Amino acid sequence: MHIDFMRFRKILLLVSVFLFVGALISITLRGFNLGLDFSGGSLVEIKYPEPVALETIRFVLEESGFEDYQVVNFGSNLDVLIKIAEQSAGSSVGDEVFNTLTAAGLNGELQRNEFVGPQIGSELRDQGGLGMLVALGMILLYVAFRFQYKFALGAVGALGHDVVIILGLFSFFRWDFDLSVLAALLAVIGYSLNDSIVVSDRIRENFRSERALSSIELLNLSLNQTLSRTIITSLTTLLVLFALFFFGGETVKGFSLGLIIGVVIGTYSSLYIVTSILIQLGLSQDDMVVPEVEGADFDDMP
Amino acid sequence: MKKYPAWRYALLLIVLGVGILYALPNLYPAQPAIQVTYTDSAKSADQKLLSIIQSELFDAGIITEDLSLKNNNIVVRFQSLDDQLLAKSLLQKTLLDQIIVALKLEPTTPDWLANLGGQPLKLGLDLSGGVHFLLEVDVETALNDKTDGLLNSYRKKFRTEKISYSQSQVIDKQLIFVFRDQDSFSRAKDMFFDDSFTATGLQYDLEESASTQTLKLAYSDLAIKELRDYAVQQNLMTLRNRVNELGVSEPVVQRQGANRIVVELPGVQDTTSAKKIIGKTANLEFRLEARSETSRLRKTEFGFKNSNFGSAYLENDVIVTGDRVTNANTGFDENGQAQVNITLDMQGGRAMQRATDGNIGRRLGVLFVEQKSRSSLSVDEAGQEVIAQTSYVEKNIISLATVQAVLGTNFRITGVGTPQEASELALLLRAGALAAPMKFVEERTVGPSLGKENIKLGMQSIIAGFALVILFMFIYYKFFGLAANLALTSNLILITGFMSLLGATLTLPGIAGIVLTVGMAVDANVLIFSRIREELKAGKNPHLAIQDGFSRAFITIFDANVTTLIAALILYAIGTGPIKGFAVTLSIGILTSMFTAIMGTRAIVQLMYGNRSLRELKI
Repeated sequence: MHIDFMRFRKILLLVSVFLFVGALISITLRGFNLGLDFSGGSLVEIKYPEPVALETIRFVLEESGFEDYQVVNFGSNLDVLIKIAEQSAGSSVGDEVFNTLTAAGLNGELQRNEFVGPQIGSELRDQGGLGMLVALGMILLYVAFRFQYKFALGAVGALGHDVVIILGLFSFFRWDFDLSVLAALLAVIGYSLNDSIVVSDRIRENFRSERALSSIELLNLSLNQTLSRTIITSLTTLLVLFALFFFGGETVKGFSLGLIIGVVIGTYSSLYIVTSILIQLGLSQDDMVVPEVEGADFDDMP
Repeated sequence: MKKYPAWRYALLLIVLGVGILYALPNLYPAQPAIQVTYTDSAKSADQKLLSIIQSELFDAGIITEDLSLKNNNIVVRFQSLDDQLLAKSLLQKTLLDQIIVALKLEPTTPDWLANLGGQPLKLGLDLSGGVHFLLEVDVETALNDKTDGLLNSYRKKFRTEKISYSQSQVIDKQLIFVFRDQDSFSRAKDMFFDDSFTATGLQYDLEESASTQTLKLAYSDLAIKELRDYAVQQNLMTLRNRVNELGVSEPVVQRQGANRIVVELPGVQDTTSAKKIIGKTANLEFRLEARSETSRLRKTEFGFKNSNFGSAYLENDVIVTGDRVTNANTGFDENGQAQVNITLDMQGGRAMQRATDGNIGRRLGVLFVEQKSRSSLSVDEAGQEVIAQTSYVEKNIISLATVQAVLGTNFRITGVGTPQEASELALLLRAGALAAPMKFVEERTVGPSLGKENIKLGMQSIIAGFALVILFMFIYYKFFGLAANLALTSNLILITGFMSLLGATLTLPGIAGIVLTVGMAVDANVLIFSRIREELKAGKNPHLAIQDGFSRAFITIFDANVTTLIAALILYAIGTGPIKGFAVTLSIGILTSMFTAIMGTRAIVQLMYGNRSLRELKI
């Protein structure tokens, strides 16, 4: 079975551009629903023996003079999550909220209480952004070293595309964006790269061996050859991710969601974005310089 | 067909063996236990306490698995967590403040394994429940105080040496002196110069202008770094002492970064009291000894901290408190006797000067002030016995020495006894002084039930994910799938083993990382099998196909995994606790999965097909 992937590339590229631009717009205008790690403030999770109306909780907080808070259910209707932005009382706000609610007759069990000071929040934001850029940079260098700069651009282009679209989705749907989602993003970078490298590796091999075919035909061939592997790996990874999503509890939901989207988009980008960039850059046989390392490969296997 | 070298099998078995060995401790579940010590650190837990505990628990009908006395404390093991909690509250009600009872999970690793360094996985806070604080040391304030102190001490030195200056002030952390004549200017310059050189390096940055006879002096970067390190070390020590008082087993008190300290207390439920104890300052009070004719209303009697006998009357007027003390260290006086040097800040120096002027010959007492809490038994409205905590303040004299001269910002206490006693006094002075104020910048509490819940969820997802993948591999790859699945299983064992060996901490994101690795580890096997399939299609004979399949796939596997490793390392660098756990498991997982896929699967395939001549291969 031979699928002509490249035939759809122009349309899909359009779709990608649309999603990419849309993501950028959402990120700049709508921003993110930042989790506690990045925004700073307090977070309290309380488990009640019976469902409590969120309105009641909001009323009690309002009456007690709290400001700038969010009250939501967390997982089940017995779990309540209260987020409060930085107050002058600093780190004891969480305890105050819990005590206030208990005093009002709402007796629940304190599951967790977190406070992140404002400078920690902004530090993490900076570090997170920086880390992302450093990761992309280092990967660019590594791929350029192992393959050839055109592949590096292809790989990083695909990664950038993936990251921006995932960020865009989180921004658009206002899903909670905390440190574990950032971790998922970095894992996606690593994973998506796997895919891109496997495909690039095959492209390189084919360009070297098959002289008769055109660039586009070679790309198609490479994609088809790696297709079964790509699908299976994505499938097994998605299997475990769904296991995490459904069985892992509320705290890893953001993480597994980010990864699930990442795997799907990552697979797509390895197929289309990498190849589109390579075509734009005019990949040809001449680019395939054989590094001396190659010769050693066949003897050097464990 | 190339024979698979024997040493590769050996290596595989060794690595697998080591992995299994160090993963074993995790099969021995930790037992709920309590650890009991006397509150008074001078008393060691003894047989008497052991018998009391034994009889109390027996009378209450709580079954104990084991009671032992070792290393100054008593450890009692129980069958269930409920028994553990019951025992703790029972003992606390009967013995109140005499003892500290800490909740613990005792490892049950057999001795032979423990001696090899085997230990079960450490659980992060999100799995064990407990408290995590991040405190920031305010070095700015300490630096400002020290600079003020420096200004004052140089003013004094200049007056004594008759160096005349027309201006002296601190602007922007810089000392600025304008001198009246060239002679003063150059003598001052020499003095600064001499003082600037210490054993550790250049302490001051000097700026001079001979034409205006101005000297500007600021602490050098080296000096600031030393100050910061000192402040953090001080506070670190103080915190460790306070955490010990809380009676938490396996607490973590560590420096994090340049000026932060992380405190983790696993198993602690009551965060408010923990915060109070950690955040509160012990303090010092300097007071003059009361004259015998002073009325009762203006003096108070205090005992001595390090002895149960004797007391002294000190005036109620507090001359200076601990936050004015910027330094206290030991030295030797003219006779070679140990002494303690104390440095106060400017305000403190002024106050001390006013107090001692005209009071030479009287004794100056230093009070060590501690915030403590006392437990008492009471009955609440429901008729239940509860333990109530009341806070109180305890003040004891740590030094009572005669004033020999008018004191200021720098003075010393002589006649302190042995060098050992001198350094203990300096320690107390510093402990009471808290080198720089601290504030809480991050705080996370995880309740115990959430911790247990998270463990359950984590286990669930590993099992679910693992089962799904194994099932899939069997269905799709059939026989070869068996090899892959064996590799996957050994992968999990290796991850567990190496994490236990390294003493790495397992968190919920860490478990997610393990689950992810299971999914990704399949990738390497898939690459190998796809390659083999292709080689077969290309017409190669089965043995050659297997061989070439493995070797060609290796390059791809290597490249792909290295990049994920880069991402994991960066994540480790920027992440905090739970995320670091994820980065660690991801990294270890990548390495083990490369190993098991390449060497492990190869070995199994070799064993299954190696010695047979194959006509065709179903893959």
